[in-house]
Amino acid sequence: MIDATISEFSGWLAATSLSHTIQTTGWVIPTLQTIHILSVAVVFSSAVLVDLRLWRLLNRDVPLPEITRRFLPAIWPVLLVLLITGGLLIIGEPRRSLLNSTFYLKMALLAVAIVLTAWLQWTLSSSPNFWDKNRGRRMAGQLAATLSIMVWCGILFAGRWIAYTQAG
Amino acid sequence: MMLQLQELISYFENSALADNIRENDVLFPLIESVHVVSICLVVGSILVVDLRLLGLASLNRSVSGVTRGILPLTWCAFAVAVASGSLMFISNATKYLENGYFIAKLLLIGAAGLNMMMFHAIGARNQARWENEARLPFPARLAGGLSILLWISVVACGRWIGFTMRIG
Repeated sequence: MIDATISEFSGWLAATSLSHTIQTTGWVIPTLQTIHILSVAVVFSSAVLVDLRLWRLLNRDVPLPEITRRFLPAIWPVLLVLLITGGLLIIGEPRRSLLNSTFYLKMALLAVAIVLTAWLQWTLSSSPNFWDKNRGRRMAGQLAATLSIMVWCGILFAGRWIAYTQAG
Repeated sequence: MMLQLQELISYFENSALADNIRENDVLFPLIESVHVVSICLVVGSILVVDLRLLGLASLNRSVSGVTRGILPLTWCAFAVAVASGSLMFISNATKYLENGYFIAKLLLIGAAGLNMMMFHAIGARNQARWENEARLPFPARLAGGLSILLWISVVACGRWIGFTMRIG
């Protein structure tokens, strides 16, 4: 029932003139994907740099709140670019993602990543030594950092896997 | 010399490892995903350094302070990108070598390396004297700007390889 609705919606989307333009202009999809990957590079690297600081592997000499202030705010506007390019890619080839369970896995992981990143940013802006208060907090911070790296890697893997699991 | 190189490439292309990557349904996407993750970290982390050189971000930190906290990640990710890229290459070496975007990508990575070496050899002269300034000397800004353009082109070529290689 839901599948039929999504399939119908995909068909309608694919018939729009915007979708038609994206499909038939050869350079549009690779260009959108390039912008999409470059934006992923910014968001992913920003998150990883904060995660590695939580693990005290990089930038040990820089206070954690300064690291989050430097790297996390950039994530939000770039995420908007990701939603726009991703949205256009869906309009261009609706069935490729909307009828693909890997795509929904990617979106679920993205939701987790957004909550985790926003939470890290919030804790450190409201209490700068939140993750340094005691041993337990430091370990919790490392746990959150590990989770963040794994979820972001999962998003990137799922993103690449969409190409291999699309409905025929 | 060329002949020996060709022999070496066909030796790898005919190896059992290359055969496995070609034939296995999971191995190629897996290696490709690792390649995307690592290239994203290379491009995203080097961007932090480039923006510092351009005087656009991390201005409260010296150039060496920024690079110390960033480049270890860049180099690790670059090593993984080269390893995963090489595995994809040997799975279809002949076809990759016939692909203009693949050749362009290699040349652009070489150019990015050259840009970095030129900066260290010429641009970084007297670095201790100016590296705390927000606005850096022209050679440093040039190196940062070129680096951004080169890495964007590397990613674009990488994506275009996927659209112009027609493998089985």
